[in-house]
Amino acid sequence: MSSTTATNSPTTVREPMLPSTYRVLRREQETADTVTLTLERDGEALAAACEPGQFNMLYAFGVGEVPISVSAASDVGEPLVHTIRSVGKTSAALARLKPGQSLGVRGPFGNVWPLDDYEGHDIVVIAGGIGLAPLRPVVRRVLERRASFGHLVVLYGARHPSELLYLEELERWRASPDTTLGITVDRTTGVEWMGPVGIVPRLLARARFDPIETGLFLCGPEVMIEPCVREALTRKLPLEQVHVSLERNMHCAIGLCGHCQFGPHFICRDGPVFAYPDVESLLRVREL
Amino acid sequence: MWIADVEFLEALVAGLRQRGFRVVAPVERDDAIVYDEIRSAQELPRGVGDEQGPGRYRLVERGDSARFGFSVGPHTWKRFLFPARTTLFSATLEDEQLRFEPAVLPEQRYAFLGVRACELRAIALQDRVLIGSGHADAHYAALRAAAFLIAVQCGQAASTCFCASAGDGPRATDGFDLALTELLDAGEPRYLVEVGTDRGREVLESLPHADASEADRGAARAASEAAARQMRELPAESLHGVLASVREHARWDDVAERCLGCGNCTLVCPTCFCSKIEDSSELSAKRAERVRSWDSCFSFEYSHLHGGDVRTSTRSRYRQWLTHKLDTWHDQFGSSGCVGCGRCIAWCPVGIDLTEEVRVLCDKDAAAAAPVEGDV
Amino acid sequence: MIQDLEPVVRAHPFFDGLPDELVKFLTGCARNVRFDAGQMIFRQGDPADEFFLLRAGRVSLETHDPARGPLVVHTLEPGEVLGWSWLFPPYRCYWSARAVERARALAMDARCLRRKFEERPELGYAMMLRVGRVLSDRLHSARLQMLDVFHDGDK
Ligand SMILES: Cc1cc2nc3c(=O)[nH]c(=O)nc-3n(C[C@H](O)[C@H](O)[C@H](O)COP(=O)(O)OP(=O)(O)OC[C@H]3O[C@@H](n4cnc5c(N)ncnc54)[C@H](O)[C@@H]3O)c2cc1C
Ligand code: SF4
Repeated sequence: MSSTTATNSPTTVREPMLPSTYRVLRREQETADTVTLTLERDGEALAAACEPGQFNMLYAFGVGEVPISVSAASDVGEPLVHTIRSVGKTSAALARLKPGQSLGVRGPFGNVWPLDDYEGHDIVVIAGGIGLAPLRPVVRRVLERRASFGHLVVLYGARHPSELLYLEELERWRASPDTTLGITVDRTTGVEWMGPVGIVPRLLARARFDPIETGLFLCGPEVMIEPCVREALTRKLPLEQVHVSLERNMHCAIGLCGHCQFGPHFICRDGPVFAYPDVESLLRVREL
Repeated sequence: MWIADVEFLEALVAGLRQRGFRVVAPVERDDAIVYDEIRSAQELPRGVGDEQGPGRYRLVERGDSARFGFSVGPHTWKRFLFPARTTLFSATLEDEQLRFEPAVLPEQRYAFLGVRACELRAIALQDRVLIGSGHADAHYAALRAAAFLIAVQCGQAASTCFCASAGDGPRATDGFDLALTELLDAGEPRYLVEVGTDRGREVLESLPHADASEADRGAARAASEAAARQMRELPAESLHGVLASVREHARWDDVAERCLGCGNCTLVCPTCFCSKIEDSSELSAKRAERVRSWDSCFSFEYSHLHGGDVRTSTRSRYRQWLTHKLDTWHDQFGSSGCVGCGRCIAWCPVGIDLTEEVRVLCDKDAAAAAPVEGDV
Repeated sequence: MIQDLEPVVRAHPFFDGLPDELVKFLTGCARNVRFDAGQMIFRQGDPADEFFLLRAGRVSLETHDPARGPLVVHTLEPGEVLGWSWLFPPYRCYWSARAVERARALAMDARCLRRKFEERPELGYAMMLRVGRVLSDRLHSARLQMLDVFHDGDK
């Protein structure tokens, strides 16, 4: 490689770390610690389309910037939708934003759930906790293009019934044609919840799908991956058809800061969605 | 190739300064050779050499008048092209109006005098990461496009050098505007000059020089051959896929016993590019700033996820550093991330020598016998 | 009566792969039971004298805390089985079981089963394999629940 002079003319390179200004259009309190924000661009320049699986970097003024998946797909210029769980200083600052308040947005970044590869197939979506946020756009897309896919199975695990996201929408999914919805919680008092108690992979064991013609999309805590894969294997689902979304610390989202490395991958750029066989051996390494 | 007297250096510095460059070159400071701006070639060290070893660096008198008679010191050129701290933007929030003001791109034009072959290669590697892999870093790209590079061919290697096996050293063949080989006859040195670019030629033509004789060329070749005799080396075959296949090797525990996790190796490494982004606001809470600064994979926060850090053991952090540098860098950027400058060996307070670690980690016979961590 | 139940026993997934002859041999221990929504099937500390094979409806395994009320640790779906305390002394129920909704099950007499396992060790082995599988799944499941994986906010 010839490196005598850098080829890029400095003035034409747009600073990729510079956010655009957005405003909170709507704020829905999903659970005690989680909100869904609808964000509208403040200014006329067009924003890019956000596809299921992608994420934006959301900047809370003076506090910090964190990766947050799109919880609804959006077309060029349409408002962005993000579901944020308050777990630390930046996510808390974002979750506190009220309609009319401003924040910064960079993105979208990352790859997409390979839904298009599974046209005509059954779709199994497995979500744990906040992991439903990046998968909601997948479910919506399947339901929008109902005829293009086979049976839809949505399996969702949460800690407690009070921590379930998108309650009304879940009911609509349950009532949708050719759709199975399974929800399970880890703990409950038995007064507030009549549904299953236990772990998500158990739902997978009972789910109806044709293993040969199924795409499985999984997002949740990393410890959930192995039990689900194990169940998928029991059901004879080829593991190339399993896709997982991973997360690691992320500062720049454009493959320059180094933080999100996972073996050879930059999760921000090569992910966050990976075919399971591509990360299987890496997931076994501790503290990678 | 051309030949020039020692006065050439003074004319070169003056000529570059006239053209608006800030000339940065090796200078002696606090018992080390560091890189700083010079106004005159008089500021170059004279007759200074160095002795380096694992965890060891000291300057020595050479007893001659060499201006470049040392190997690389603790500084790297990245401190100019990729400064340790860069403000990326400021933002204001008033009456619910959030506005971003990008930082002005740097306008400095640097001329680096005394860039070694390993450092040219390091700059090329950083170009690949920071400009050539999708999203260009505008600050780096601006500084890099303007920089004028004058290489100096090494006439000797430090005991810590291994560019002959790691990179394509010790002789720089491209990537420079001008390259000098210091010829040490009795008295003042002379310089064999090579031209790498048109702008290098343009600068050279304005300076006193003559055609090089066959004897001068021969002397330059001999100097490079001397520098190629190196004590340390990396395995001849590529390490791509090799270190990643020994992630559970017992040697990682062994090196973790010695490593302090101080991160010195990442600071002195000319290719380490990791950075962190920090957002802060003034007390008034009306103005905020984003600053990017160097980060190290040896820090705990580097791998922070809400709920905890991923790499809490020194073992995992050293493994990340070495595996990334020598192995997964291939996957990401198509080559090794190590240029063989040996800084991490000399500046490691406990003298950890990566060539030795690699030798043990890649020893196939030993690896077969090494216990493997098993899940219970 | 007994003749009527044989196809029902055979149809339960728990007995998948068990030779017909052994299914027939077991059927004598079985009876059909129904539970209304909310009805307790057994309580913590009760004698564990029956093995339940759930056929319809959801059943919860729970304990009770005076301040917090019923605490559900696990639920069972049709096709799953309820209880193994009947296999080991002191034959006492560890948890309480309650029908969350209307439920139907096969109840098999524990004494009768144990006697038949002694009589036909190959039946005992086949049954132990099945119970072992259930135990293993429940154990993994319980461990994961214990890890509280969705609550990673403050470690
Ligand atoms: C691709 C991707 C998509 C995500 N999508 C969502 C989503 O839709 N909704 C949601 O609520 N959360 C999502 N997260 C997690 C979210 O980014 C973290 O919860 C958030 O960064 C925590 O930051 P904090 O400042 O509040 O917490 P702190 O614990 O104070 O974290 C300090 C810093 O560490 C880094 N960090 C901490 N946790 C994470 C993490 N899990 N991932 C990456 N960096 C982290 C950030 O730089 C953060 O500013 C996603 C993460 C990734 C990588
Ligand atoms: S290898 Fe040496 S320099 Fe690097 S972190 Fe460990 S002790 Fe510090």
